[in-house]
Amino acid sequence: MEKWYLMTVVVLIGLTVRWTVSLNSYSGAGKPPMFGDYEAQRHWQEITFNLPVKQWYFNSSDNNLQYWGLDYPPPTAYHSLLCAYVAKFINPDWIALHTSRGYESQAHKLFMRTTVLIADLLIYIPAVVLYCCCLKEISTKKKIANALCILLYPGLILIDYGHFQYNSVSLGFALWGVLGISCDCDLLGSLAFCLAINYKQMELYHALPFFCFLLGKCFKKGLKGKGFVLLVKLACIVVASFVLCWLPFFTEREQTLQVLRRLFPVDRGLFEDKVANIWCSFNVFLKIKDILPRHIQLIMSFCFTFLSLLPACIKLILQPSSKGFKFTLVSCALSFFLFSFQVHEKSILLVSLPVCLVLSEIPFMSTWFLLVSTFSMLPLLLKDELLMPSVVTTMAFFIACVTSFSIFEKTSEEELQLKSFSISVRKYLPCFTFLSRIIQYLFLISVITMVLLTLMTVTLGPPQKLPDLFSVLVCFVSCLNFLFFLVYFNIIIVWDSKSGRNQKKIS
Amino acid sequence: MPSHPHIATSEWTLDYPPFFAWFEYILSHVAKYFDQEMLNVHNLNYSSSRTLLFQRFSVIFMDVLFVYAVRECCKCIDGKKVGKELTEKPKFILSVLLLWNFGLLIVDHIHFQYNGFLFGLMLLSIARLFQKRHMEGAFLFAVLLHFKHIYLYVAPAYGVYLLRSYCFTANKPDGSIRWKSFSFVRLISLGLVVFLVSALSLGPFLALNQLPQVFSRLFPFKRGLCHAYWAPNFWALYNALDKVLSVIGLKLKFLDPNNIPKASMTSGLVQQFQHTVLPSVTPLATLICTLIAILPSIFCLWFKPQGPRGFLRCLTLCALSSFMFGWHVHEKAILLAILPMSLLSVGKAGDASIFLILTTTGHYSLFPLLFTAPGLPIKILLMLLFTIYSISSLKTLFRRSFTLVAQAGVQWHDLS
Repeated sequence: MEKWYLMTVVVLIGLTVRWTVSLNSYSGAGKPPMFGDYEAQRHWQEITFNLPVKQWYFNSSDNNLQYWGLDYPPPTAYHSLLCAYVAKFINPDWIALHTSRGYESQAHKLFMRTTVLIADLLIYIPAVVLYCCCLKEISTKKKIANALCILLYPGLILIDYGHFQYNSVSLGFALWGVLGISCDCDLLGSLAFCLAINYKQMELYHALPFFCFLLGKCFKKGLKGKGFVLLVKLACIVVASFVLCWLPFFTEREQTLQVLRRLFPVDRGLFEDKVANIWCSFNVFLKIKDILPRHIQLIMSFCFTFLSLLPACIKLILQPSSKGFKFTLVSCALSFFLFSFQVHEKSILLVSLPVCLVLSEIPFMSTWFLLVSTFSMLPLLLKDELLMPSVVTTMAFFIACVTSFSIFEKTSEEELQLKSFSISVRKYLPCFTFLSRIIQYLFLISVITMVLLTLMTVTLGPPQKLPDLFSVLVCFVSCLNFLFFLVYFNIIIVWDSKSGRNQKKIS
Repeated sequence: MPSHPHIATSEWTLDYPPFFAWFEYILSHVAKYFDQEMLNVHNLNYSSSRTLLFQRFSVIFMDVLFVYAVRECCKCIDGKKVGKELTEKPKFILSVLLLWNFGLLIVDHIHFQYNGFLFGLMLLSIARLFQKRHMEGAFLFAVLLHFKHIYLYVAPAYGVYLLRSYCFTANKPDGSIRWKSFSFVRLISLGLVVFLVSALSLGPFLALNQLPQVFSRLFPFKRGLCHAYWAPNFWALYNALDKVLSVIGLKLKFLDPNNIPKASMTSGLVQQFQHTVLPSVTPLATLICTLIAILPSIFCLWFKPQGPRGFLRCLTLCALSSFMFGWHVHEKAILLAILPMSLLSVGKAGDASIFLILTTTGHYSLFPLLFTAPGLPIKILLMLLFTIYSISSLKTLFRRSFTLVAQAGVQWHDLS
């Protein structure tokens, strides 16, 4: 494409922002005895390097599962092993069994940050660049601006390069999956998505839309011909990739079961810590976590989750389209986030990625959502002393979106893709003409609340009787915002077909 | 306060002119709200996160002046012949080249100095001269000199230009000087401005009889021909040649090992040093070399003035010559040549290509300023960013003019 140099500049800006954020503190820095996610990743390198594969997921004298036991699928362990080999080459003390616990040094921090950067550079960033280049019906300048905004999304940068995780690997693979499937390379797309699921099991939030979209495609091609062939091929790819990833753990039944037990800790409860989902917010008023027994909680969250994502998924099976697929990814992931079991606040990134993908279609709402998603992680970021990078990256992201997409000029009903919805409502309520105005006011209220809460959390101390007041308020406000977005995205999906059908009737 | 220049309590004593001292004084009053400890004179090498925060924010805050100056400079450019797209307009390209200047970012915000607002003052005075507001330009430059005396490098350009194009109010039809149009009033007013500013700055120290001490701090000729880290100028090559010749001489037994001084120029220390094979260089010799180097551009400015654009060229050449032949030049001084050159680069294609060579090599020569391991990716990324952007945007700007006749392209706004 022309203007490749501008895209290079955009990628370089993204990399510079990432590296400067990484100069800050990480999760659990200088906080013995448990430290944080950074120590967890280092510990996994230690475990995978020094112990045989059979002992990775089991409790033993060498591998204390209470101290950051592995709780991601095998490919994460393989990745840690690879990093451990490099660490051994540079400084074996970093991964020495037992003695390297709580190891912290400038050189080690540099090494760990570099591993994140390399993983990002190899997997996530090329996916974003390719995705933006493949967008249709958009000028080159808009594609580049789109790439800039996606690469500047603060949530992912702060969690990966600040708190310390490898989300860019799983999200990158998921993005390759979306790319493949949208461009009709279904097999490669499914392979990429299987890799994503096998890297972090949270990607299962995205599994249903993938399944429904591919199923819909098979139906469209006809189940008695090409469709069936496609279905079989996809099934083979999925099974093959799972087998390949889990090969060392399929040898014994107990191995497989133990890994599954580590991946899905059903006895850890409905939610842990403060997270911006329904159960935590509801818990403020009624302590359901303590009242209801464990299996009832499981069933309840299961039902709510599936009920909320059913409309979108059924729609996707019946009318598979690339646009519908992306929106369904958003609404499915959001439903899981809001209603599912044992959700962590970082899981909002699984919703943010699909929202980044629809940034070019509904810039105003997407920017709003991405700002709220970063805000919802505020308590976590403050704990890691990442206030300054959060504020700066959020401002940079906001300015980039405002200038690239002129979001404040795109708040009409049509721009928000709510035209068909409001036409339908106007059949019953003729005075329903103020939808975009309401949404603009809601945005203003939301932003003001977020800014105020941030200021209060930073400057004021919480009252003695309610030490978690500000975290709970942040989660509650974010949850309300997310509920609004859930309704909004579902409206877009459900009402999308009607406008399509009406247009066909007219033409 | 008045005894500041006297105190030699550490290696980092004040060696900038009085205005900068007053600026630091004002900063110290704000600093006490951040962290009292950093103001203790005996607290050398003190650093806490609050100190760091305050220092960094003070640089960012002062950069507001730099941003204003860039805006004024962009107003002086007229881009009639280029396309309507924002990113292809010369104003946009110039503002990015100045605001994202890699050298300035590294030196100010990472290495830590206050060059941003000083360059802002210089760019502002240049912009004023373009806008024919000569008195303001002269005043700003005088103030700037008393903030950081390194700007003496470009003082000849200012002096000659103001004398020639401002004091002589009109030219003969062929462009040469018209002696009768000399305006004493203008000369006196310029002199008055400079005198008043200098009086304000040096006056207190004159009253306290500390002027010699101030000058010895400002012009430390005992520091040696080259800085601890050599600026990539002529004397660096000279030293290298001297070293090579001495090694060859030792090998071929032309030199007696006992005659060679023990101190080494590459030891990283700041001290005076004698050359072994080639003749030693005195401050006077460097001055003469510098003067010879700037003579051609000064002559052009005097005999064939081409308005503000000619002044800008002369300024850049003065800065470059002083960099090449000056005594104890810091490698950061290359910024003095790069920033004014940016203004010229969006004007003509020829200037753009020279600018690209100057800026890429100049910025690369600043790499050793960041020597920590985490700094390595940053300097590489920022350097790549700036280089790729400058090459591609200037190429896009001038790709049409390569097919047109020589003087095509953007013309400077001539308000007269």
